Amino acid sequence: MLKTGTERVKRGMAEMQKGGVIMDVVNAEQARIAEAAGAVAVMALERVPSDIRAAGGVARMADPTITEEVLNAVSIPVMAKARIGHIVEARVLEAMGVDYIDESEVLTPADEVFHLLKSDYTVPFVCGARDLGEASRRIAEGASMLRTKGEPGTGNIVEAVRHMRMIQGQIRKVVAMSEDELMTEAKNLGAPFEVLLQIKKAGKLPVVNFAAGGIATPADAALMMELGADGVFVGSGIFKSENPEKFARAIVEATTHYQDYKLIAELSKGLGTAMKGIDISTLAHGERMQERGW
Amino acid sequence: MLKIGVLALQGAVREHVAAIEASGAEAVAVKRIDELSDLDGLVIPGGESTAMRRLIDKYDFLEPLKKFAQNKPVFGTCAGLILMAKRIQGQDSAHLELIDMTVERNAFGRQVDSFEADLMIHGVGEDYTGVFIRAPFIVEVGPEVEILSKHNDRIVAAKQGHFLCAAFHPELTDDYRLHQYFVKMVQSAKEVVA
Repeated sequence: MLKTGTERVKRGMAEMQKGGVIMDVVNAEQARIAEAAGAVAVMALERVPSDIRAAGGVARMADPTITEEVLNAVSIPVMAKARIGHIVEARVLEAMGVDYIDESEVLTPADEVFHLLKSDYTVPFVCGARDLGEASRRIAEGASMLRTKGEPGTGNIVEAVRHMRMIQGQIRKVVAMSEDELMTEAKNLGAPFEVLLQIKKAGKLPVVNFAAGGIATPADAALMMELGADGVFVGSGIFKSENPEKFARAIVEATTHYQDYKLIAELSKGLGTAMKGIDISTLAHGERMQERGW
Repeated sequence: MLKIGVLALQGAVREHVAAIEASGAEAVAVKRIDELSDLDGLVIPGGESTAMRRLIDKYDFLEPLKKFAQNKPVFGTCAGLILMAKRIQGQDSAHLELIDMTVERNAFGRQVDSFEADLMIHGVGEDYTGVFIRAPFIVEVGPEVEILSKHNDRIVAAKQGHFLCAAFHPELTDDYRLHQYFVKMVQSAKEVVA
């Protein structure tokens, strides 16, 4: 008996990415640079988040030509983004053979009420979350991997830190609660009771949780690992820096050896300018991607 | 107590640590070369083999690992199996070159083709759930290699002397028989040295 698309196979795929860096790329050349630098996967996009921000308008699934080009260029897994709630974009990416779909707030949502029922698909999904309620809802819908939302395309780590601290703190609280307190916590968080019970019993989330949204330097990546991330996504940070190749390598090493501070000092030397970055307080509410989805 | 390391440059380290501990040995995550020194055996986990190889090269891990493997047992799963193979199809060079076999990467297809299947593993048992994730398989083996398991006529687990490898992920299930088998290999290797 051979079974594809099982929960174990989908979540297991994310387990294999732990301790690694997933990089946003917009063409085959960038994908090859990412692979050579030691990325564990690449995210194929039409534009990196900071360019999506700059361009404005509606951001959609990438042109399949780009996704295909990246799929053919590297042997590591290829992820791609679909709009929140866009059943057809997700099915198209699945049909193209991408290895993971990001139901992503970086793109303009197709549905402001409903997220995808991810358990219906053979391909695994990663979703963003700002707190344990959001994380648990996505898990119950079938997400096989989570990431902090952070604030994409800003090069500012503050929101990713806020979301990771929030989720870790809420996990600790759930683990310390007695079982008869869980239903009230489920109500308060808007989280499915069964998912909280699972978290309480295991002492951790049932899926891998990466950091994303604002990582711009090797020290940022190491900080997120220190705060309990299983790995990191770097979007605009790499290919918007002065020397992407060097930057990519440095971020990979800092993620593996996140507590080796001498090493992080060494590999942060002479990296050139990181992406410029945006102060979050200057973003109007409509410009905050993290507020997309619920 | 036996002390078994898990190479922790990237991948499913935590699950192997838990499986080794459940099999009655002490487990340690290995990130630096000097941490190899007092180990009785080593597990190379699943993950991305290209990412692991880059970190192996960066920290000059290749020669110390080869030296370690001269007389200590090594168990590789998925990416670990690829790192242990002498030959990789479609590539000019291999990595640790420990086991006389040719392997093919991502040989069952992409992630949507990843699967679970029941396996029979010689010396380990039946009804073993193999979790295959973008898995490789072994295309051919040399005369010294013992084939432990096949799935649809493809070799998915093998042993050569004190080396063990599996194309699937024993660390993702709570069936610890394959880890127990490896712990026994480590035990006998230690007794021979003593």
